[in-house]
Amino acid sequence: MGAMFDSFAVMLGREPRMPRRDEMTPAACDLLACQNTAEAKAERKENLTHRVTGRHKWRNRRWAVLIAVNLLFVLSFRFDVQLVEGALTASRVIGFHFADLNSALQVMLAFKTVLINLVIGTSTVLAMWWLLGGRSFCSWVCPYHLVAEWTESLHLWLAGKGWVKDHPLHRGTRTVLYVIFALLAAATGYTVFEFISPVGILSRAFTYGATIAVIWVVLLLLLEVVYSRRMWCRYVCPIGMTYGAVGVVSPLKVTFDAEKCWHGGECRKVCLVPHVLHMTVLGANTDVRMDVGADCTRCGLCIDACPTDALRYEFKGLSKLI
Amino acid sequence: MSVLSRLAGGGVTSQQRRKILRGVVVGATMVAASLAGIVPVLDRWVKRLRPPGALPEDEFLAACIKCGQCVQVCPVKAIFLSDVDEGYGLGTPYIPARDQACDFSCDALQCILACPTGALTHALNAKEEVRMGIARLVEPEICLARQGLGFTGPARGPGYTGLHRYMEVDRWTPIPIADHPYDLELCDLCVRECPIKDAISLEPMSDDPADKRRTPVVHQACVGCGMCEMICPTDIPAIVIVPGEKWSAA
Repeated sequence: MGAMFDSFAVMLGREPRMPRRDEMTPAACDLLACQNTAEAKAERKENLTHRVTGRHKWRNRRWAVLIAVNLLFVLSFRFDVQLVEGALTASRVIGFHFADLNSALQVMLAFKTVLINLVIGTSTVLAMWWLLGGRSFCSWVCPYHLVAEWTESLHLWLAGKGWVKDHPLHRGTRTVLYVIFALLAAATGYTVFEFISPVGILSRAFTYGATIAVIWVVLLLLLEVVYSRRMWCRYVCPIGMTYGAVGVVSPLKVTFDAEKCWHGGECRKVCLVPHVLHMTVLGANTDVRMDVGADCTRCGLCIDACPTDALRYEFKGLSKLI
Repeated sequence: MSVLSRLAGGGVTSQQRRKILRGVVVGATMVAASLAGIVPVLDRWVKRLRPPGALPEDEFLAACIKCGQCVQVCPVKAIFLSDVDEGYGLGTPYIPARDQACDFSCDALQCILACPTGALTHALNAKEEVRMGIARLVEPEICLARQGLGFTGPARGPGYTGLHRYMEVDRWTPIPIADHPYDLELCDLCVRECPIKDAISLEPMSDDPADKRRTPVVHQACVGCGMCEMICPTDIPAIVIVPGEKWSAA
């Protein structure tokens, strides 16, 4: 319960902190104790099996899924096959109502009336993303996430040349904006956030044709390239926060095994939300095996990046069943 | 500073202060951008003809989830989604009646059935109950019937792509208007193609039986579907729909 509260608080913007010794399990303490000299650390690093890095197994699978899902929307309409009708804000999947949790929330706040179809659509999507990991929506489905990943590599390349610099924001920004957008919808009676949501804009543009609104998305991406790495997903998007809240209790997690970690920090370098990987810092893990926090998008970049396989996907309960 | 320091978790360093400051600036920018969407709405830059069953405009903008499912089910492809210049109307459906009107080809108000949020209200059961607006003869002087003129050829020229379901041609499939030329002694297209019974009629303009001239008169049964605006063969339509218009109680 404490871990769950902690992961939620870190998602809202609190900085992860180093645990006191009395907060660590004896096993975690023992593991830390055997790493407290430089020689011991070097020996441990030597002993851990190294493998070739630079693999993109999960990234490639994820991109394939993301493109396939968005293509399904487009092709269903183009060829009238009626598999996935609508856009990411709300759709019908082989006839069943699906509604994006955040779009549905904005509509409920603005409209103040909830139709049964919307309840059905929202519950279905809630159940689905609870099973699949919450923010996995972001990395496995959201089209903005994909284009932002591509422009992120541009940002990193330019930053490597010294031409641009990342300007991190306080992560609490997203929490404050979440509240503001909710209040604005309720107060004005308009779905204010949808006006700037690049997810809705892109999803509709794919299916129904390009709009001038896409320029806003390009501006956001440009800002991420020249000013702040992954700015929208990290510090602004309330959709990510909504799905993150679902992810707090999701059985699908990325899990960390401290025994296999030599704390090189490769995972944190590639992560969209590195605060969830704080436990990979030497001495930061309270237990030997830990779940990565709610804000994690289950994208698998860290799993690909880890040279010693200390991180992997786990579906709670399923491993016991098999 | 104590609140800020608690937010940042412990003592606030200058680096953390900068992070908070950037958060405030970017956050304010995002809120400002999102609020800009209200300007076109308040000024009513464009008044759109909404699909059948649409709630009153303000409620409609609140209730619509901007998914376009109504677009997908329309058999004559009459529904389009608004762009960013319409503010909070971004992603909401409208019918550009002159290009493609709703002619109730679907028979069952498919767009209403498709709507997941009730922005197109499910309270309607028949096309006769729809109220999208009211047809109005805005250019009476160019109306062919009022000049006693007939009409020959395709209503909107050969290149026109709009669709209409002609019951006498095919009960189930709408066809291009361009493929259905007319030969009329007196133009009565608005009355002839109106999908609603007793919504519009041609009335004599004088007591003289030899006077061929007739004027279109819109009745209270009009649902504002836009079929008359679409089919009107003059260069600019003599008759158009006034979106959201209601008959006054009097």
